[in-house]
Amino acid sequence: MTEQAQEGRVTEHDEATRPVSLLELDDVSVTYRIASGEVPAVRGVSLTLDSGAALGVAGESGSGKSTLAMALLRLLPRDARVGGRILLDGEDVLAMKWGRMRAVRWAEASIVFQGAQHGLNPVRRIGDQIAEPLLVHGLAKPDAARKRVAELLDQVGLPAWRARSYPHELSGGQRQRVMIAMALACSPRLIIADEPTTALDVMVQAQVLSLIKELIAEHGISLIMISHDLSVLADVCDRLAVMYAGRVVEHGPSAEVFHKAEHPYSRALAAAFPTVGDPVSRMAPKGLGGDPPDPMQLPGGCSFHPRCPVALDECSTLDVQLWPAGPARAAACVHVRPTAPSDPEQDVEAKKEEESS
Amino acid sequence: MTTPLETTEPAAAQAAAGAGDERPAWRGTLRYALAKAGGALFSIAMVIVGTFFLFRLLPGDPVRNMAQGRNMTPAQLDLERHRLGLDKSLIQQFFDFVGDTLRLDLGMSYEYKRPVLDLIGERLGPTLLLAGTGLVIAVSLGIWQGTRAGWRHGSRFDRFSTATSLLLWSVPTFWLGLLLMMVFGVGVGPIPGIFPFRGIESVDAPDGFAYVLDVASHMVLPCLTLVAVVYAQYLLVMRSSLVEEISQDYVTVARAKGLRDDEVRRRHAVPNALLPTVTLVFMRIGFVVGGAVTVETIYTWPGLGQLFYEAVSVPDFTLMQGTFMLITVAVIVMNTLADVAYHILDPRVRSA
Repeated sequence: MTEQAQEGRVTEHDEATRPVSLLELDDVSVTYRIASGEVPAVRGVSLTLDSGAALGVAGESGSGKSTLAMALLRLLPRDARVGGRILLDGEDVLAMKWGRMRAVRWAEASIVFQGAQHGLNPVRRIGDQIAEPLLVHGLAKPDAARKRVAELLDQVGLPAWRARSYPHELSGGQRQRVMIAMALACSPRLIIADEPTTALDVMVQAQVLSLIKELIAEHGISLIMISHDLSVLADVCDRLAVMYAGRVVEHGPSAEVFHKAEHPYSRALAAAFPTVGDPVSRMAPKGLGGDPPDPMQLPGGCSFHPRCPVALDECSTLDVQLWPAGPARAAACVHVRPTAPSDPEQDVEAKKEEESS
Repeated sequence: MTTPLETTEPAAAQAAAGAGDERPAWRGTLRYALAKAGGALFSIAMVIVGTFFLFRLLPGDPVRNMAQGRNMTPAQLDLERHRLGLDKSLIQQFFDFVGDTLRLDLGMSYEYKRPVLDLIGERLGPTLLLAGTGLVIAVSLGIWQGTRAGWRHGSRFDRFSTATSLLLWSVPTFWLGLLLMMVFGVGVGPIPGIFPFRGIESVDAPDGFAYVLDVASHMVLPCLTLVAVVYAQYLLVMRSSLVEEISQDYVTVARAKGLRDDEVRRRHAVPNALLPTVTLVFMRIGFVVGGAVTVETIYTWPGLGQLFYEAVSVPDFTLMQGTFMLITVAVIVMNTLADVAYHILDPRVRSA
C-alpha cells in the first residue's frame, strides 16, 4: 500500500473511531456469483454513520448503492457474498446468528422501499402490514398494535381508518407514507431509505422528503438514504457519499459535495438535474456520456477514467484511493491527490519513488 | 405531529368513503355474483340452442344409422322416425327440444332405450369419485411441488420435479394407462399384478368397509394415470407465479421485518401466488363432470366418460346431446364460481 493510501485511511479511521458512530462499514465488499463468473458489485466501501445523523448514498443504477443497502441487513440473495465488517451499534452484522439477525431486522434498523411500486403486499390491508413487525418481534399484543398503527398513520399524515385500506386504494404518495409508517413501527435507531421518492411526482416527492426530515429529527433516528438524485440527498442528509462502480469516489458534507464536488463524477451527477427556476440549466442539462462500466470488465486504474472529462493519461493505471480533500472530505481522484503535480510524468515518477520507499 | 394530506384528496370525501367501507364491499360482491350468474344463464341458453342445431347439422340419418345391418322396410323406418319425433318440422322439433330440456327431460337413448337423465345419473357417481379424487390429488401434488420448486427455483428439486412433471404431461394418456395396466395390473413376467384394472368393483364384492377397500383398490391405477398426466399444469402455474411473487419488493420487506423464511413463504408469497391457481382449479372442476374419457375407457370405469365414448361410437345422438350439455353447463357454472371466488380473494379485482 502506498503512503498516500495510508494517509487516506488514517483520515477515515479518525472518523470511524468516534464513539458515537451507530453504523460502521469497514472495507465492505459484495460479490455476486453467477454462471459466467463473479460480479463485484461493491468493492471495499468504508463509511461511518453517527447516531442521529443522515447519510446520503448517491450513484447511477448499477453503482452498487442498493446492493450495499441490502447488505446492511443481510437481505441479499444467496448468490451474493459479503466481505468486510458491518458494525451496527458495535455488533458485527455479518457474524450474527440468524436468530439474532432476525431480531435486529426492523427492530433496530428498518427499510423504506419504493412503496409506490411493489413494496406493499397487494392483497393485505395496510394496517396488518404495519402491525406485522410489532407482532413478529413480540413488541405488542394485537389490540395495542392496532392503537400503535393508528398512531403511526397519524404521524405520517394519514387518517386512522386507512388501516383498513388495501395498497391499490392509495395514491403513490400515500403508499410511500405507509412505507414510512411501517418503518417507524418498532422505533428503530436506523432507517435505510432506498429510493424513497423515485416514481413520485415532484410535489408529492417534496412532501415525502419533508416528512422524512421531520420524523428523523423528532425521533432522533439515523438515516441512510439512497438515491440517484443528488439534489434530493443534499436536501435531507448531512453527509453524502457518491458511489461509482462499487466504490465510494467522494464523501463529505452535503452542501460541499453537491455544490463544490471534487470528483468529476460527482460534478456530473450534480449537474444532471436542472435547477428549478433556472431556465438556462433547464434547457441545457449537463449529462454524462457513456454507460457505467460492466462490473465483470472494470477498466484498469480509476474505473471512471473512460468517461471522465478531465482524465489524465496516468488515470488508466493509477491506483486511486480516497484522498483527503478538505475538512471531513475525501475524493478518489488524481486531481485531489495531496502531492498532485501538474505534470503527469513527474507524477508517475513520484509514485514510483513512493512505492520503492 | 401531522403533515397535511395530499391536497388533491379532500379529507371529508375520504372519511365518507371510509365510514361505509364494509357494507358496500359486501354488496359489491353480491352484485358482481348476480351479474356473473346472469351471464352464465345466457351462456347456458346459448348452449341449449347451439346443441340442438349442432346435432341436427351432423351428417347421416340417425334412424338409418340405428337400423344399420338390420333388415327394415321403409314403413318401419317411418314408424321409428315418428316415434322419435323426427318427422316434425325443424321449428317444431326445436321448441319441443327446448321445452323438454327445461323440464330436464333429455330424451330417450337410442341405444339403451332408457331416459338419458337416468343413464347420466347412474354414471355421475363413479365419475365424480374417480375424477374428483384425481383432481384433489393432482392439485395438492402440483401445488406442493410447485411451491417447493418455485421457492428455490434453479435448485436440484426444481429441475427434477419440473422435468418429471413435463415428461408425464407429454406422455399420451392411453399409452401411460396401458403401461400401468400391464405392469401393475396384469404383471410382468414372474411378478404378478397388484391392482385390479377392470371396472369399479370386484364381481364378488364384499359388503361394508371391505367394499370401500375393494373400490379403492380398483381406483388406484386409473387415478394414478389421471394424476400423472395432469399435475404438471398445477405445478407449472404455481411455480411460475411464485417465482414472480418472490421477486417483488414486498417479499424483501417481509424478510427485512424479521420474519422467518417459512413465515415469509406462508404469509406473503404463497397466498398471493395461489391466486392464479384458483382459476385453473375451478375450471378443471368443471371438466371433472365430463370424466376422463380415455382413462375410463381403458379401465372400463362405469363413468360418464365411458358413456360419452359409447354414445359417440354408436352414434347415439340423444345421449351425446345430453352428456355434451351436462359437461358444458358444468364448465360454465364452475367458471362463474371461479370469477366470484377470485373477486372475494383478491381486493384488486374487487375494486376494478
